[in-house]
Amino acid sequence: MIRVPLPRFGRFDAWRAAARDLASARIPPEEVTWADPDTPPDLFGADPLPPPGNHPVTATQDFLQLARQVASHSDPERWSLLYAALIRAQSDRRYLSNPADPMLDRLTRLAKSVRRDIHKMHAFVRFHELPSDGPRRSFGAWFEPEHPILEAGTPFFAKRFADMDWLIATPEGTARFTGAGIAYDDPAPRPDLPDDANHVLWQTYFANIFNPARIKTNAMRSEMPKKYWKNLPETRLIPEMLADAPRRVQAMRDAGASDAPAFAPKITARLRQQPDDSLPETLDQAASRAARCTRCDLCHAATQTVWGTGAPTAPLMIVGEAPGDHEDLQGKPFVGPAGQLLRRTMAEADLPADRAWLTNAVKHFRFTPRGKRRMHQTPDRPHIEHCRWWLDLERRFTAPRLTLALGATAAFALTGNRKPLTPRRGTIEPAFDGGPVLITWHPSLILRLPPDRAPAALAELRADLTRAAELTA
Amino acid sequence: MAQRTLDQKLAILSDAAKYDASCASSGTTRRDSRSGGIGSAGGSGICHAYTPDGRCISLLKILMTNFCIYDCAYCINRVSSNVERARFSPEEVVKLTLEFYRRNMIEGLFLSSGIIRSPDQTMGDMVRIARMLRIEHGFKGYIHLKTIPDASPDLVAQAGLFADRLSVNVELPQDASLRQLAPEKRPETIRAAMADVRLGREAAKDRSHTGKRPPRFAPAGQSTQMIIGADAATDRDILTTSANLYSGYLLKRVYYSAFSPIPDASAALPLIKPPLMREHRLYQADWLMRFYGFDADEIGAAHPSGNLDLAIDPKLAWALANRAQFPVDVAQAPREMLLRVPGFGTKTVTRILAARRNGALRYADLLRMGAIMSKAQPFVTLPDWTPGALTDSAGLRARYAPPPEQLSLF
Repeated sequence: MIRVPLPRFGRFDAWRAAARDLASARIPPEEVTWADPDTPPDLFGADPLPPPGNHPVTATQDFLQLARQVASHSDPERWSLLYAALIRAQSDRRYLSNPADPMLDRLTRLAKSVRRDIHKMHAFVRFHELPSDGPRRSFGAWFEPEHPILEAGTPFFAKRFADMDWLIATPEGTARFTGAGIAYDDPAPRPDLPDDANHVLWQTYFANIFNPARIKTNAMRSEMPKKYWKNLPETRLIPEMLADAPRRVQAMRDAGASDAPAFAPKITARLRQQPDDSLPETLDQAASRAARCTRCDLCHAATQTVWGTGAPTAPLMIVGEAPGDHEDLQGKPFVGPAGQLLRRTMAEADLPADRAWLTNAVKHFRFTPRGKRRMHQTPDRPHIEHCRWWLDLERRFTAPRLTLALGATAAFALTGNRKPLTPRRGTIEPAFDGGPVLITWHPSLILRLPPDRAPAALAELRADLTRAAELTA
Repeated sequence: MAQRTLDQKLAILSDAAKYDASCASSGTTRRDSRSGGIGSAGGSGICHAYTPDGRCISLLKILMTNFCIYDCAYCINRVSSNVERARFSPEEVVKLTLEFYRRNMIEGLFLSSGIIRSPDQTMGDMVRIARMLRIEHGFKGYIHLKTIPDASPDLVAQAGLFADRLSVNVELPQDASLRQLAPEKRPETIRAAMADVRLGREAAKDRSHTGKRPPRFAPAGQSTQMIIGADAATDRDILTTSANLYSGYLLKRVYYSAFSPIPDASAALPLIKPPLMREHRLYQADWLMRFYGFDADEIGAAHPSGNLDLAIDPKLAWALANRAQFPVDVAQAPREMLLRVPGFGTKTVTRILAARRNGALRYADLLRMGAIMSKAQPFVTLPDWTPGALTDSAGLRARYAPPPEQLSLF
């Protein structure tokens, strides 16, 4: 039997060096005893480490990471298991990527238990402030983990609490940090930690953040197992909190509704002005009322009403379909891809944006959610008809000499004509209120057309914009 | 009124904060104190304690003040409540956060507040606290700020520079109920605030023309919360609202909070036993939408009432309502279909996909890889398992539902 003694700290590196030598000589796992500091000596004596052999030894990064975690497990068999896994991987590496393999499964479970214990250490160490004679504050804690994880678990504290001295004592040993690296020491008896006033405040917090009306002790016990309770200042409150909870809930029920304090109605009256629902008299009034519009059901899902923009006194009004994703988020019309195309084409057609009032036939975004995206949907007839109320108000206050309808929805909203758009494009139709409406493509159509047809449609849109500019010059 | 001690204030203002469910501290930028300051963040969050209500304590969750001028019927801090009031000074909040943090009790601060004087005033004070922690004390832990919906966009923009996460609560799943129960709040302003945070985050990702990155804006994203059981919304309505919120504002989480009795209740909302099971099922359904490729409508349609089956989990309920799609051949099925098998989680599916490249998977292999085979049995075929008539048997639901229980009279 070959006996490999492993130190208390730096165990994994010691195992790795020895395992590499043993594996290079292809020593079978059953001929090696791995000895932690507290492993009793072998009954029949032991052989020392033989010289390395000349077989190559390789291990993947994933295996080393797994092995490093398993090394912190309390299972005394972990070393021989890891060595057996290493030997097997020299001839069959595939098993390390097969979750159905029993050996990998066992290693994974050990590693998972270690990771959980480290995570719980990061969660449940509670520092007490210690007297300090230097400029750095000093803290100490006692913690009892399930596995020997002191070395694996403490670098976290060095990163987090670099500006204070700390000491974490465990049955496995002691870690001490004074600003430059962590020093590990053999186990010492549990230190006597002084009382800390902030632990009392913490108990106050723990007792008051608890909601007595919802008791779910299983969730608490599975995430904060009782084995950790004895070193936590707050857990001693739990029995009393649980015992008192039914009484507190009953008291809430019995108390029922109360009378409001005298000042409350005054504050509420000041804040709660009745919304003004009279007919708006200016464009601004119409805009602020439209912001609260609930005439159709689109407002529930959309972010906000997207009102028109541009020059209110301009002779030209440009009406699109409805806001899209970008417009809905920003609350401004024609800022998405189609809007940018429109603005570019307007510039090409010598029609500055401040010579028109830009708006939409429907003022709320209609969409269906698909995962992290919102898919645009064309508004239905009822949406258009409900929203015509706002479009009519906009037309009344901006009084355009000419209106440009982009696409079928705008054309229908303005003229009531639902016939196909192709023969109507470039013609002028009367609006409901009698004003002239020039009909053209919606820029989003041009974005959707195949590349061979898009340029022609874009040219038509540009021509219509030029014509609109001329007609309103 | 006598001056309250810090302990008394902490009691009042943590009691007032407990109805906010969120306590996440994960997914922010990686940073630590080796380069100065105190604290670290990034990676998965840490729950430092659990209370007997099953909720974790990761952050110091407090209100700056519980004075409030709004009158939201579901809230303990509404202006018409007779609850005891208190107010922390910014220095007190900073001190509590840092002292708890140094003792390894918390990951950081979750600061919310009642609205005093005006939304801007309140938001300004909260931003000041976050700035003190970050700039004066070099605090690198996690900060979650509750945004006040009507606060000016400038303040929200500043808040995003100091906070890891911003959140605005939509409060209720339907606009009509919000207008009725919280008349001072407006659903469209709440959504606009969430849109602003999304746009702020996106703007912070664009490099300038010199290639310089702008400062990070709320790197852990935004979340929201709605109260379940205070209005008549069905689970289908709730999930539809969630799907809209996730897609519109790229939220990290929507929290569902079972309406829970509060001391000094409003006459407008009768006290009920909090619907904890419904809350649990909604979280399961939420996970199905985010990680399993389900649509809100699919989950909601499994039961004609539009509510989730409280006795069995929503994935099982969906599978029972869509048995024509089962059984699934584990050796052949695509990932999307494996994710729909009851008893298979995302990790199990990833393992199955890796393992089946190495050979046929048997019943015992699946058990070892974490599948809950008691649930999956009727829905899968394996080399050594066929469900036969089990998939279509009439009594299948009864195998999973808990035995009927006599209703309590009280």
